[in-house]
Amino acid sequence: MKILTKGIVASLIGLCVIQTSYAETAEEKGLAIAQQVENKDSGWNDMLVTIKMVLRNKQGDESTRDIQQKVLEVEGDGDKSLTVFNRPRDIKGTAFLSFSHIIDPDDQWLYMPALKRVKRISSSNKSGPFMGSQFAYEDLASFEVGKYNYKYLRDEVLDGTDSFVLENTPLYQYSGYTRQLVWVDKSRYIPLQIQYYDRKNALLKTAQFIDYQQYLGQYWRANKQVMINHQSGKNTELLLTEYQFKTGLSTRDFDKNSLKRMR
Amino acid sequence: MFNRVIKINRLSLLAMVMVASVLYSDQALSDSMIDTDKNQVSLFSDWELSGQISIEELGFFHNKLDSRQHNNYISGAIEPELYREWDKGKQSFTFVPFFRVSQHDNRRTHFDIRELNWLFSAQDWELRVGIRKVFWGVTEGSHLVDIINQTDLVENIDTEDKLGQPMINLALIRDWGTVDLFLLTGFRERTFAGVEGRLRTFPEVSVGDAMYEKHGIEKHLSYAARWSHTLGDWDIGLSHFYGLGRDPTLNLQLSDTGASRLIPYYELINQTGLDLQFTYDNWILKHEGILRSGQGKTFYASASGIEYTLYNLFSSGLDVGLVVEYMYDTRGANNLAAPLQDDILTALRFALNDVQSTELLAGIFFDRKNKSNFLNIEASRRLGDSFKLEAEVRLFNDAPANDPAFIFRDEDHIRVNLSYHF
Repeated sequence: MKILTKGIVASLIGLCVIQTSYAETAEEKGLAIAQQVENKDSGWNDMLVTIKMVLRNKQGDESTRDIQQKVLEVEGDGDKSLTVFNRPRDIKGTAFLSFSHIIDPDDQWLYMPALKRVKRISSSNKSGPFMGSQFAYEDLASFEVGKYNYKYLRDEVLDGTDSFVLENTPLYQYSGYTRQLVWVDKSRYIPLQIQYYDRKNALLKTAQFIDYQQYLGQYWRANKQVMINHQSGKNTELLLTEYQFKTGLSTRDFDKNSLKRMR
Repeated sequence: MFNRVIKINRLSLLAMVMVASVLYSDQALSDSMIDTDKNQVSLFSDWELSGQISIEELGFFHNKLDSRQHNNYISGAIEPELYREWDKGKQSFTFVPFFRVSQHDNRRTHFDIRELNWLFSAQDWELRVGIRKVFWGVTEGSHLVDIINQTDLVENIDTEDKLGQPMINLALIRDWGTVDLFLLTGFRERTFAGVEGRLRTFPEVSVGDAMYEKHGIEKHLSYAARWSHTLGDWDIGLSHFYGLGRDPTLNLQLSDTGASRLIPYYELINQTGLDLQFTYDNWILKHEGILRSGQGKTFYASASGIEYTLYNLFSSGLDVGLVVEYMYDTRGANNLAAPLQDDILTALRFALNDVQSTELLAGIFFDRKNKSNFLNIEASRRLGDSFKLEAEVRLFNDAPANDPAFIFRDEDHIRVNLSYHF
């Protein structure tokens, strides 16, 4: 008899929980969307991509960097990545190994080919520019749900696509942003646009993700990303080509030994 | 001079033959695969050619001490790199010759094979055969632990330019770290400036008359092993070297004509080295220590310090780093071989993180014993996409006559290097 009562109470409590989840707050809705974004983009194991980075100043002067990147998906933590520069030629062979973490500081090593030296470097440099570009190091880090607090703001149609607009507040240390506004495609759960607000909460940059393509029938990747700095008038374009997934890479391809071999 | 080059070539030849035979067998295999299946072609990358050509001006602020020397030296260098990988990147071949031609000082006009090697990497081991350069260490002011390659001192007195070292290197990659085993096949003599050159000893070093503690095969074979690992915020390396030391003892010799000269003497040494780095937040703590026996009394030398960096200062992209290191050597003061025996390096590093990758490093070495100091400023900036301009200023101050740096009292100089990268 007593057991039966307990069961009824438990199911009543259960109903209440379900009730409240239907009337979810903006924070809960934001988090749920972010979780969907992460869930839909998991399971690819490893990825290879060729990146051309085009830097432009206010006057329109251009400078390019050619980069190869390998990424290993790590369940329950940030991804591992190995990035090597091919152009400009004076830094050819310079390679960067990163074990990213959700909240803890990342582990990072730099390989300098002229000296043949591998140097462990501080990962506090989140907000600084990556290779003189408008992308900060933190802009290029892997997306993990635990990195931000979320708040759903509104629905909006962005260039004809139904989107959710979320406000993300970074939880990790040394971020250059107070918040980010992210436009997430409602049907595909992929980011279409991100607005970055600086430490004074002024609009600093806008990133646009253009020309998405689907790989392995599941994973969406943009062939182009543009980062516009509203304060300096400079912009950087990333052209991402030759995406490859599930190539069989393992942790062994992301260690200090492979850093020295990476081309 | 020619004698020297031939000697080097003979050593390189052995490695070349070894590499060539390995490559040949693989190449034959790959060709047959291409014949049978055209789709396999993509597995083998093409030859990649890159490298740099540079022109350098080395100018001295004070007049020469020897009438045979000069105040300005113009030189040019070329260092191409030929690279090819195959077997999905598991195997690769690298060839990097180097040649500098100098207006004055025929010792500085020199050729070297920096790299000529074949690499095979498997899941838990890597094998490298041929001529290579290997760097060990963590500190900035001195490189104590680094011992595999001989220093190409005639290139730059900072000891960061190295001569190619023929070797067989097997790396065993385990969960508990990487063990590198080295069989170093062929001893390389250190290069020194000739009589026409600056930044040299008085009297000059007579390179061709070098003496060795061991001869024949014992002279040419040395052995080394290193264990390295990352444990959380710590990066650690423990190494041992056995063979002829890379740092010669310079012995004064009087010839029959009464002229004096310094003869390099290479002793058989044992050296154990430890390099340690702790990286946390904006802080890096580092330590290098060596224990060397066989070169006079057994001695210990160390370098320990910190590096603190303020990133993206005022959101301008500017990084400012502070480096402080203390260098100690039990050989003590007045020893030509140990100039950094009780010295402190304080340096500031500026990185603009701009499109041209502009950087500036300014440091001062201060000798606590005799209060002499050495100021070193290095700056670099990319010009356009393919050129790079580098400048170096070195000033030697207040070295008393019993300090090793006394020989550089009038050698304050500026070096400007313009390189084209392809």
